Amino acid sequence: MYDRTIRRRRLTLAALVACSLLLLTAYFGESSDGALHGFQRGVFSVFVPIQEGASTVLKPARDLVGWVGDTIDAKGRLGELERSNQNLRARSIAASDALRVNAQLQGLLNFDNAGGLAAAKPVTARVIGQSPTVWYATVTIDQGSDTGIRAGNPVINSDGLIGQVTTVTGHAAIVTLISDGEMAVPARISAGGAEGIVQTGAGGPGDLRLKFIARRYRVDPGAAVVTAGTLANSAGLQSLYPPGIPIGAVTRVDDPGTDAQKIYLHSYADLQKLEIVQVLTAAINGNRP
Amino acid sequence: MNLDYRSLSWRLGLICVVTVVFQIAAVSQVKIFGLNADLVPLVAASVGLILGSLPGAIFGFAIGMLLDLALVETVGVASLILLAIGFAAGRLRELRDPQGAIVPLLVGAAATAAAQAGFLVLTFLLGQPVPFGWALLWDLLGTVAVNAAIAIPVFLVVRRCLIAALPEDPRRRRRRAYTTGGLSPLSRS
Repeated sequence: MYDRTIRRRRLTLAALVACSLLLLTAYFGESSDGALHGFQRGVFSVFVPIQEGASTVLKPARDLVGWVGDTIDAKGRLGELERSNQNLRARSIAASDALRVNAQLQGLLNFDNAGGLAAAKPVTARVIGQSPTVWYATVTIDQGSDTGIRAGNPVINSDGLIGQVTTVTGHAAIVTLISDGEMAVPARISAGGAEGIVQTGAGGPGDLRLKFIARRYRVDPGAAVVTAGTLANSAGLQSLYPPGIPIGAVTRVDDPGTDAQKIYLHSYADLQKLEIVQVLTAAINGNRP
Repeated sequence: MNLDYRSLSWRLGLICVVTVVFQIAAVSQVKIFGLNADLVPLVAASVGLILGSLPGAIFGFAIGMLLDLALVETVGVASLILLAIGFAAGRLRELRDPQGAIVPLLVGAAATAAAQAGFLVLTFLLGQPVPFGWALLWDLLGTVAVNAAIAIPVFLVVRRCLIAALPEDPRRRRRRAYTTGGLSPLSRS
């Protein structure tokens, strides 16, 4: 009884293995139109409707398990995604910051090239501090005497003149802006050539005025005001500012053609949003035009 | 107790079809941690563990054949692998008759690992491209782990389906020492 069972088991096993190998060989040996392939397609075509029905019936269970799996997955990924999000946000901020700085540096470069200021040995600096008062009359920059900056050097950004260096240390400097009450910049109307001094008016910061314009000059709103440089009749006194640096545009003229005419300016540079500036450390030809 | 071959046959046939359909239509489409469970080797091993080596081998062959036909894969590959798994699980039962509650888990994990390794080797031998790499290893080990986690419930379901057709209730049978090479419960009927 036992031997017979053993023999039967071995025979059956051998038959099954042989059958598998035979099927495997036959399946590989025949073309796709062969009998075994045809039988497989037949079984498949029978199986498909069952499979479809089962798939439809089991969809809720599948969705439930999938939902549980997805939830576990999602919880596992939450922390990872939050970290990734933080990282990407930081990179995005850094990238947009770099783009903005790059645009400013490019603007400064263009400005230097167009205005012939490259010979003035410009030192690029970043604004690291700003006066906490509402007047924003001074800013601190991260370059100082170590890079050749001296008190009195004019400071520009890509829009135009912003002020001059008034205090210098080794690694930093304080720039007094043109909106400060103590500042006075020799300037002229770009088109007409009328010369005067840019100072703040009684209205406070932002209220820039072009003063001491002779009444014979007609000044129209919109006219550009630039630095005058060293004037021919200055009797040896050299201007701190190279000629031709844009300062602002005339916005309004009160009492035109009189000695009391008031010329209001709007500075080209946004003095409340300064980030990258350049300090012109050398005078070109005594800052003469 | 007389063995009801007819009842056992249709039960095994039903288990075979339901397992393949359930695997293809539901289980294969559910991913847990990016991994699928594979019921087929678990069911083949469970049948072997419950009925013995010969029914295990026959059932493994049949379910492998059905799987190959239903998936339009190379006929004979799954049959060969699963008959070996069914047979091995049956021989384990006949030789050792393990009784521990954890046995289905271990057998299920081993069956899954054997099935994965078998498919890998046969696929390679048949000249089909095998994407060797860490991702494949992760998939194989992950499937083994997932299958090990569901091995006990699968075993219990299969046993529940078959228990009425068995000559002896395995829950009441007593452990017997191996002395004569062991017989399957079918051969004792």
